[in-house]
Amino acid sequence: MEEDVETRKISSSFLRDHSYATEADIISTVEFNHTGELLATGDKGGRVVIFQREQESKHQPHRRGEYNVYSTFQSHEPEFDYLKSLEIEEKINKIRWLPQQNAAYFLLSTNDKTVKLWKVSERDKRPEGYNLKDEDGRLRDPSMITMLRVPVLRPMDLMVEATPRRVFANAHTYHINSISVNSDYETYMSADDLRINLWNFEITNQSFNIVDIKPANMEELTEVITAAEFHPHHCNTFVYSSSKGTIRLCDMRTSALCDRHAKFFEEPEDPSNRSFFSEIISSISDVKFSHSGRYIMTRDYLTVKVWDLNMENRPIETYQVHDYLRSKLCSLYENDCIFDKFECVWNGSDSVIMTGSYNNFFRMFDRNTKRDVTLEASRENSKPRAILKPRKVCVGGKRRKDEISVDSLDFSKKILHTAWHPSENIIAVAATNNLYIFQDKVN
Amino acid sequence: MGEEEGLHQTQLLDTMFVRGLKRKCFDGEEDIEGTLAGIKAIPSYNLQRQSLLDMSLVKLQLCHMLVEPNLCRSVLIANTVRQIQEEMTQDGTWQMINTQSTGQASLDRLVSTDILCRSSREQAEGKHVPGYSTFNKDFESDQAQDGSETMSTASSVQAPRNLQSNVWEMENPQENKGNFQKSLDQIFETLENKSPNSVEDLFSEVDNSYYDLDTMLTGMMSNTKMGHCDGLETFSSPTTATSSSNCKSDLNELDHIVEILVES
Repeated sequence: MEEDVETRKISSSFLRDHSYATEADIISTVEFNHTGELLATGDKGGRVVIFQREQESKHQPHRRGEYNVYSTFQSHEPEFDYLKSLEIEEKINKIRWLPQQNAAYFLLSTNDKTVKLWKVSERDKRPEGYNLKDEDGRLRDPSMITMLRVPVLRPMDLMVEATPRRVFANAHTYHINSISVNSDYETYMSADDLRINLWNFEITNQSFNIVDIKPANMEELTEVITAAEFHPHHCNTFVYSSSKGTIRLCDMRTSALCDRHAKFFEEPEDPSNRSFFSEIISSISDVKFSHSGRYIMTRDYLTVKVWDLNMENRPIETYQVHDYLRSKLCSLYENDCIFDKFECVWNGSDSVIMTGSYNNFFRMFDRNTKRDVTLEASRENSKPRAILKPRKVCVGGKRRKDEISVDSLDFSKKILHTAWHPSENIIAVAATNNLYIFQDKVN
Repeated sequence: MGEEEGLHQTQLLDTMFVRGLKRKCFDGEEDIEGTLAGIKAIPSYNLQRQSLLDMSLVKLQLCHMLVEPNLCRSVLIANTVRQIQEEMTQDGTWQMINTQSTGQASLDRLVSTDILCRSSREQAEGKHVPGYSTFNKDFESDQAQDGSETMSTASSVQAPRNLQSNVWEMENPQENKGNFQKSLDQIFETLENKSPNSVEDLFSEVDNSYYDLDTMLTGMMSNTKMGHCDGLETFSSPTTATSSSNCKSDLNELDHIVEILVES
């Protein structure tokens, strides 16, 4: 498999996408499972759609494991909080898979207030020949039964069913922004704006509060939690990021309430770039551990940063995602785009990082070669199995033929959610209500 | 889509905001205008700072809708407001506002609230909300009872506040006047009872009167998402009265608007 993510070698292969224009279909989260066989998406309407990769077959070698719809279910419904007179949106904020331990698949999905554990399982046989009920399910009159038989399992068309196994509710006053499964596979955490709770999968009626940054007097509130994640290998370690551009690493062994961090990551401010918007653009929208567990990656409004866990005073790498927006911050503040929360992802080997931008552009940075590329997820610009063309934004002066000027960017087309296959060069990109899957070209 | 429009409208401000240059209100204005002599119609630093403050306050107001507001966004905006306030305090501009004669204080509050809620159309035509005199009567018993007298006073106050009021130009749908009245009364009530505070009160416990304000503002919300900065276009024409006195009056009004937000 090619490691080198050369721009020209990336191809695109389309799968069925959602073409509806309704708001409910806006994709709000995308996540591969641990093997990459399944890809889950959550949308604004509370639905989860799971895609499964086709088995590669010799007969159709060009269909290199395309993803097809495997299961669709309604995860969350809109609710109304009568006490506060507020609606609770059904939008799925995050989906996280559990590692597979038997034939069934398990995932966590969450909206603003409630986390649910879903079991997705296949059924391809059904029992026939019951004694007390006939094939339609109607009960038979016991007095009419003259002989007994043993039901047998007969094959049936494959059916995939999703059932909610646990509902973890009523533990968050504020909006849940992150969930993360622990490496012990027994616990997970859910983080809202001010608190982080630790749950055991088996226990739904209580959780442990492990971080609480709510001030005694809410008038003094100046900072919120924006994202949180468990370390991939150390089940006692997790990080959480804040709206002030800081990351805290906590060790759950030190105390029950991890209000005192073990490590504090913050980059000193660049005085030459200071403006009224400095704090807003420093707010971290996503934090992700590398697969190795040695680094963390953070996304703020204009950059992606890679931090070494052993160095707290500055990141080891900083990548500019769309620095041409730096001179447009006031406009972006006015139209609220400055508050958009972009996510970021590592590839399987931690050598390439990816994040989204506006105009349906997404960016990849190769950490080794220091090369980067801008690609576009749109139907007009890519046909199935066509190679994606790199895009360029022109900042000023002469605009070349294929370049797009900053003022022509469509800020309503934002790519907030992307995912990278755990071991292969397959990426999933959510562009509003369309899902794009791109694969590396096979030579 | 409005987002693209928004980008163009505030382009002028963007050029100024590239570097957060600190300038004192009095000393620096000439410097700015000197260095930017070649560029036409760039608003002064104080003006743009002012407009940013106004924009932020509008955003905070419109935060509260049927769905619970995004706390992160509210905190970031509130921090921005605080930052501007602090800078204004350091500049001395904020202080001067508070020490200004408070003879017109109660009336000022009234006017600022009115501007807050008035429809843009009426503002443009220079008309006053018909129910204005009614509000006045409810609130200030010791003020002139005569509605017309109050109105004329208000109109004279109106002129120098032109800059300020334009920021509040919000496309208002045909809102039920009754809603306005009811909600405004509640604002006045709280205004009377509590003492002025800074923006830190924004996150204090919400009570019922708040939701009535929401109802009133919800109607505005749908139309104002992209448009509430239309007023910033007025800055393109150099209203060169950007002398310190204008600055002061704007900030004075702002102070009261902040109070209103806080107390409701």
